[in-house]
Amino acid sequence: MNGDLRTPLSRARGLGSAKDGLHHWWAQRLTAIALIPLVVWFAISLVMMTGAEQAVVRAWIGSPYVMVLLILTIVIGLHHGQLGMQVVIEDYVHNDGWKLALIVLVRFLAVFFGLAAVVAILRIGFGG
Amino acid sequence: MSVANRPVHRPLSPHLQVYRPQLTSVLSILHRATGIALSVGALYLATWVVCAAGNAKVYQMFQDFNGSIAGRVVLGGWLFCIFYHLLNGIRHLFWDAGYGFELKDAYRSGWIVVAVSVIATAASWIVGLRLM
Repeated sequence: MNGDLRTPLSRARGLGSAKDGLHHWWAQRLTAIALIPLVVWFAISLVMMTGAEQAVVRAWIGSPYVMVLLILTIVIGLHHGQLGMQVVIEDYVHNDGWKLALIVLVRFLAVFFGLAAVVAILRIGFGG
Repeated sequence: MSVANRPVHRPLSPHLQVYRPQLTSVLSILHRATGIALSVGALYLATWVVCAAGNAKVYQMFQDFNGSIAGRVVLGGWLFCIFYHLLNGIRHLFWDAGYGFELKDAYRSGWIVVAVSVIATAASWIVGLRLM
């Protein structure tokens, strides 16, 4: 008897959990908790700015506390979305090649759009 | 027939084709659907910020779309997605902490989520349309 509960075949293959699941689970919850106040603030702000002129929107984005909250909302929101989309892809896409390609694509999109938005917010705030 | 070959009658996982929709299962898949919609919406939001930093012509194109019928439907739908996913997400966090698993509680919290997200969406539409 030994403490290893894996089958002999599984042991020979040497593949097990990547031990990454807990981090994914925890990051999803942590970003969810952070998004509760951020999303409430953002949704109310967006509704109040319905039909606003560009100058009004820029003045809003460029004010110091909005810059911070907006960057947090977009970066944490994209991170949370990327984690969720990864789970959806892992559940429904069964071809290994497509699965990997889509997970990589979603992550690249999240980083690209997130960085573009942060640069834009900083440009507005610092008058570039 | 050997023991190993005997057919086993284990309970099968629910087959969605013959499964009666229930509040709990419908809300569960709606959480996923709104999550996917919000992920796309987050890219749209990032694009909106980039356009606000860009020149007036580009931003005007964006605003014209937002003010059109299609734009209003998309933004109004986005608001429902955000309220629903937010409230049902809080429901999920309570489950993660070990609360609310009794069937009666799961149904009650489910109906609360539906009611509050519909009310919040309607309220935002009213405010948004008045400001237009």
